[in-house]
Amino acid sequence: MNAPAPSLDVTFPHPAVSQRALNHLQALEAESIFIFREAVAEFANPVMLYSIGKDSSVLVRLAQKAFFPGKIPFPLLHVDTSYKFPEMIEFRDNYAREIGAKLIVHKNQKALDAGANPFALGTQNCCGFLKTRALLDALEAGGFDAAFGGARRDEEKSRAKERIYSFRDKAGQWDPKNQRPELWNLYNSRLNKGESIRIFPLSNWTELDIWLYIYAEQIPLVPLYLAREREVIVRGQSIILKYDDTHMLPGEKTQRIPCRMRSLGCQPCSGAIRSEADTLPKIIEELIAFRRSERENRVIDHDEEGSMESKKREGYF
Amino acid sequence: MATATGTQASTKFQAFLDEHLERELLRFTTAGSVDDGKSTLIGRLLHDTKAVYEDQLASIKQSRVNRAAGPIDFSLLTDGLRAEREQGITIDVAYRYFSTSKRKFIIADTPGHEQYTRNMATGASTADLAIVLIDGSKGLLPQSRRHTYIASLLGIPHVVAAINKMDLVKYDEAAYKKISADFLELARRLGIKNAQIIPLSALEGDNVVASSTHMPWYKGPTLLEYLETVPLAQAAEERSRNRGSLRFPVQLVVRPDANFRGFSGQVASGVLRAGDEVLALPSGRRTRIDSIVTYDGELQEASVFQPVTVRLKDEIDLSRGEMLVSPDAPPAVSRNFSAKVVWLHADPLQPGRTYLAKHASRTVRVRATAIHYRVDMHTLEQLPAAQLEMNDIASVNFVANLPLMFDSYAVNRTMGSMILIDAVTHATVGAVMLERDLGTPSVELVVAPTTQVHPLILARSAKTARSIVQILHARNVPHVLLDDPYIPACSLACATRVAQLAGLAAVYSGEDPSKELMQQIEQFLPQARWIQLPDGPLDEAAFIQRLDQVLHWENSEGKE
Repeated sequence: MNAPAPSLDVTFPHPAVSQRALNHLQALEAESIFIFREAVAEFANPVMLYSIGKDSSVLVRLAQKAFFPGKIPFPLLHVDTSYKFPEMIEFRDNYAREIGAKLIVHKNQKALDAGANPFALGTQNCCGFLKTRALLDALEAGGFDAAFGGARRDEEKSRAKERIYSFRDKAGQWDPKNQRPELWNLYNSRLNKGESIRIFPLSNWTELDIWLYIYAEQIPLVPLYLAREREVIVRGQSIILKYDDTHMLPGEKTQRIPCRMRSLGCQPCSGAIRSEADTLPKIIEELIAFRRSERENRVIDHDEEGSMESKKREGYF
Repeated sequence: MATATGTQASTKFQAFLDEHLERELLRFTTAGSVDDGKSTLIGRLLHDTKAVYEDQLASIKQSRVNRAAGPIDFSLLTDGLRAEREQGITIDVAYRYFSTSKRKFIIADTPGHEQYTRNMATGASTADLAIVLIDGSKGLLPQSRRHTYIASLLGIPHVVAAINKMDLVKYDEAAYKKISADFLELARRLGIKNAQIIPLSALEGDNVVASSTHMPWYKGPTLLEYLETVPLAQAAEERSRNRGSLRFPVQLVVRPDANFRGFSGQVASGVLRAGDEVLALPSGRRTRIDSIVTYDGELQEASVFQPVTVRLKDEIDLSRGEMLVSPDAPPAVSRNFSAKVVWLHADPLQPGRTYLAKHASRTVRVRATAIHYRVDMHTLEQLPAAQLEMNDIASVNFVANLPLMFDSYAVNRTMGSMILIDAVTHATVGAVMLERDLGTPSVELVVAPTTQVHPLILARSAKTARSIVQILHARNVPHVLLDDPYIPACSLACATRVAQLAGLAAVYSGEDPSKELMQQIEQFLPQARWIQLPDGPLDEAAFIQRLDQVLHWENSEGKE
């Protein structure tokens, strides 16, 4: 734990201005910054959903750029299921302090007090209480009319149809058949009372773009993304990191293998992958060799065909 | 502490990174009729460029649905939503991503059947290139004409006709030639400059990524070769033909402390240069760029699409919705304009109804004043229309409550595009491509009246009346100009009353009314204040003073 952000000895010169066309990362960055500024200009009370993962880190950097030399003009909201990796919580608190952002942490305390956990409830119900419900409650409590999220359209099939401004009705629900058409870069921010909009500035980024940008911009990350020998439990196809409170099944043993996380979720439901990639360049190299989509190691998307779509209709990010 | 280093990265990998960072971005859209095999084509592109991850492939192989004859139904890769998996049609825009060593691609995959034209327009609005799918066994159907028309309407610089299902016509060159000729004729009629025709089979993979061995008579590029090499710089050039003319709509005013005041935005066209003179619109003030600020340091200049924050030499009043432009080539500044409209909503567009309109960073209220024609999509004929139904494309005149600063869509996509929003439901109801400035309207748009008093102003000459209209307009006083020969002085009382009921000040520029008439007006319209101007040139200051007195009469009375 506490490994520092990887040192990066390869930096990229900023391309000369006024060249004929922006390269693809500059074009994506420009689009995201434009979206942030539009939203802050037009919404009364926006918030950023901060999940501590690599996409959130990119989102934070883009927000810093959009409002420079000012500070990020909205709070970061972390929906804490209380099952997050301890490295994530430590990183979150340090990073928010360092960049001077206002951090809101929200838990569904009622459900937790009633003993909500993925083993008792199953992953679908557990996410329903600790993520979806908690998120909707937190948005309502804060009176937020717009929430930035780090979702990308390349992550999962139902996300490929998501708008950049994703309209949610009074119950926070998404109706895929009744989305507002989105033309040019003219985003419709008009709302009636109780309605809200989820905004996805990273819509057009791919996983590779995210890593290339983190590398080029030297953005700090939770060390769990980097490979290290860690104590784990191998359960079927999944590799689960072993902590003091990790739930073990009868007959299970721990072992030490070099591994890392491809995406960060809750401890019980996020699997690691075997990997030697202990630097950003190696991660990118591995990613290109892999050809396996990143959410595979999260249990929730595989519950049933179309499960992400069901969660989204209910208000999951 | 730093144990991880980048030095272990191989030089091969370094080369890869460099290559990837300098890749360009091409956005393209695909359109086709229901059975043209569009989803299959995209699935094939993703698969053959290795953009599909193995687990996704495994998941579609296991899927309960398989509409294809072969082992893999490629269309399942893009048909994301459950409803369309069941119905077997794509019902919304799906965005897909893949890259090769040369370019990164964003595909907007849009539905082909008629009732979802709005989604096609959505996908086309951000595209540099459009692929129109044509079923080689069926030829150029009305749908393909419609799609090609929309591509031309939305100003997509490059249009590719992909003649699919060549396997069904036994890769016959004659079939290709017939469709080719029909398409080129259509492209010529629509004024599409860069049209490319590629015969292929998405199902079999002919001419998608790999060259076909079945069509030796075709010497052109495969679809992917074309996507990788079509000149993008030209696309950018096309996009902003008036490159020299700066357009910088202000998105946000940034004021982190008392010492810094900057204007954030994205350059829509032209080049921002430190030291250059700029014109602020609509105020008309001139100043110079002091500095261009970004998170990554100050810039000497910024070009198209770069997001920056600008500081100005002078403390001028400038806010969101306003704009910095080249003083020598300003855009049109007008409240009255013509445009092409794609209607997106089931509630029809009705002339006279007020809509919200978002253009650049400014939102105004607009009303359609006339529908010149709508386009019959089968024949591309122009037909009369009283209102616009969903999926109609039409030529429409608009009037706005505040001036828009715009260029024609054909010249500048960012400065010529606008969306219409329903003022009650807030649905996005129309896509607008601005064309021409129609000059100053004589009938002003009614907005929420700023005053309860609607004075009658007797101008005595047409010239004075025009000056007064400008003053009223600048002060946001809704008004109507009574310069119609069918409103003689004797009907002035009635006309003024109608204007008053409509919440408008009336400006009359005809002959002087007689004393009896003025008495009649006062008698019947006790609330109608009136201002009679003296002969000779207009004394603006005196008029404005008098106007304010009249307008605020009621308020000051109310307070007493």
